Amino acid sequence: MPKTLAQKVYEAHVVRSAAGEPDLLYIDLHLVHEVTSPQAFDGLRAAGRTVRRPDLTMATEDHNVPTLDILAPIADPVSRAQIEALRKNAAEFGIRLAPMGDRDQGIVHVIGPQLGLTQPGMTIVCGDSHTSTHGAFGALAFGIGTSEVEHVLATQTLPQYEPKQMAVTVDGQLPPGVSAKDIILAVIAQIGTNGAQGHVIEYRGSAIEALSMESRMTICNMSIEAGAKAGLIAPDRTTLDFLQGRPHAPQGADWDAAVEHWSTLRTDEGAVFDREVVLDATTLTPFVTWGTNPGQGLPIAGTVPDPADFADEGERRDVEQALAYMGLQPGTPLRDIEVDTVFLGSCTNGRIEDLRVAAELLRGKRIDPETRMLVVPGSVGVKAQAEAEGLDRVFLDAGAEWRGAGCSMCLGMNPDQLKPGERSASTSNRNFQGRQGKGGRTHLVSPSVAAATALTGRLTAPADLTTVDV
Amino acid sequence: MDAFTTHTGTAAPLRRSNVDTDQIIPAEYLKRITRTGFEDGLFVAWRTNEPDFVLNQPQYADASILVAGPDFGTGSSREHANWALLDGGFRVVISARFADIFRNNSTKAGLLTVVLPQEQVEALWTAIEADPTTQVTVDLQSKEVTYRDVTVPFEVDDYVRWRLLEGLDDVGLTERNLDDIETFEAGRPAWLPRAIPASQG
Repeated sequence: MPKTLAQKVYEAHVVRSAAGEPDLLYIDLHLVHEVTSPQAFDGLRAAGRTVRRPDLTMATEDHNVPTLDILAPIADPVSRAQIEALRKNAAEFGIRLAPMGDRDQGIVHVIGPQLGLTQPGMTIVCGDSHTSTHGAFGALAFGIGTSEVEHVLATQTLPQYEPKQMAVTVDGQLPPGVSAKDIILAVIAQIGTNGAQGHVIEYRGSAIEALSMESRMTICNMSIEAGAKAGLIAPDRTTLDFLQGRPHAPQGADWDAAVEHWSTLRTDEGAVFDREVVLDATTLTPFVTWGTNPGQGLPIAGTVPDPADFADEGERRDVEQALAYMGLQPGTPLRDIEVDTVFLGSCTNGRIEDLRVAAELLRGKRIDPETRMLVVPGSVGVKAQAEAEGLDRVFLDAGAEWRGAGCSMCLGMNPDQLKPGERSASTSNRNFQGRQGKGGRTHLVSPSVAAATALTGRLTAPADLTTVDV
Repeated sequence: MDAFTTHTGTAAPLRRSNVDTDQIIPAEYLKRITRTGFEDGLFVAWRTNEPDFVLNQPQYADASILVAGPDFGTGSSREHANWALLDGGFRVVISARFADIFRNNSTKAGLLTVVLPQEQVEALWTAIEADPTTQVTVDLQSKEVTYRDVTVPFEVDDYVRWRLLEGLDDVGLTERNLDDIETFEAGRPAWLPRAIPASQG
């Protein structure tokens, strides 16, 4: 029977299958960070268990880490205690840790691919919903809760049911200034925050095949915002070129054996998807969110919606609540929305390509004097690469702040936060109420919209810059 | 995990959809390394900023069943959201749709999630708003929600139901299959990556 890519990866990892029970699925790589792991390690200790496969487990410090003075002790004692707990647990259970200051440290979903630990056909989990990022390599990668973190630490497996299959096909050439972030925001706006619930999404079509690995990661990263279990893309030449030579990529004969296996990781002709969605890339424009969930987005040429236009009472209430929180009036052109802060970074858009795109727009210019711009590389490796290319100078000369690596203002667990009422254009993944700081208001944007917005102080598409006096 | 068989209590109507886990408990409360004591973070922004928020109303202060709009628990995988609901006195959340990770975490933490059609959620909202003292029973044995003279059946996966009824620990169940795990591991390709530093690999 013809199979989808996700079915092939899933079935290759079933350890045990029995009627009336979930399958037991083997996990090839378990990524760990400080926030969702301490209670799991406590659980192991309480039960006298060990970590079954420390060699398939990798930990890093990302959510809590300050992006300034990164070599000084963390000022917040609660954050510091959580980091110290991870260090103690990693040492006790024999797990490799990339701590602050380490050259391999960074956001967990940036360092996996960077180190070559993320490879096609693998199963990858992490106590973090954006684990779907790793699907860009044709891996089945999904977020789990802390109880499941404990389960994987103890057994290297998870009880699972095979997810349903969904295809999102994007064909055609993206217009200039339109990026992977715009594709995924458009997908989520179309299908909703629950549109892919219970499904694995396979992204396919000529527009997806034309994307770099960084862009594919941006798309897979936000699969969870459409409710998906995971998102993935079949490996191809772009995938191999990205992987080859990375520290943990196979070498020599191993590389050849791996490539031979990876070449089978494609959805078979005639395989059936439970749901299919099609997008025409040629019609896409820069997308921004206006509300308080990632599905509440529109092309930047649009206006803030009017609750009165929604027939369904629940939807109308949702829109009213979102606009009240966001401090927006129906009918306001999105381009008229002024921001206080621009955040460039996160596991969605904190990779080298994202920084390059933004730097190109900022080169030789100054950002709006009323606007603060934070540039936070996704990892120490990305930061070093950007500095080698001189991008740090471009950002600093433009008036932006150049910070250390981490999750930073995506969720404000460190000091990088919005103040109450402040508004951001953010390349991160969630515009939930208070996500970037209590009372903060978030508009999700692509890196190029972030850079253009920093120049003008209001939501701006890169194409607008030729007609706007900056 | 505590076993769940049946629960009777009063219910709070949360007339909001897309309640994400950042609303259930914001990230700043996730810095703690304990597994309990998260009740102070439960819906803290709404409790602080909205005097009329349902859980600020004294008639719902002791509710142990939360009846929410569709797509409850979207976003972050934080199990702290499930813990915060339990710490805040809830044993059951009823909604027309749950986000997958939240629902899965609930089965591990001993919080029962019950999916009812939206019209049944609306009917329940109406009933508990008309009389906040309405006793609602959620019976996992019979797979029914009962209040006043209304009984509504709900679906739950048989395996999940069995685990919840018995209060079983997943890790312990999996450890019964260690032989299968060892056999699988023996067949994994040698080129698969290991997370030990490359210089030692």
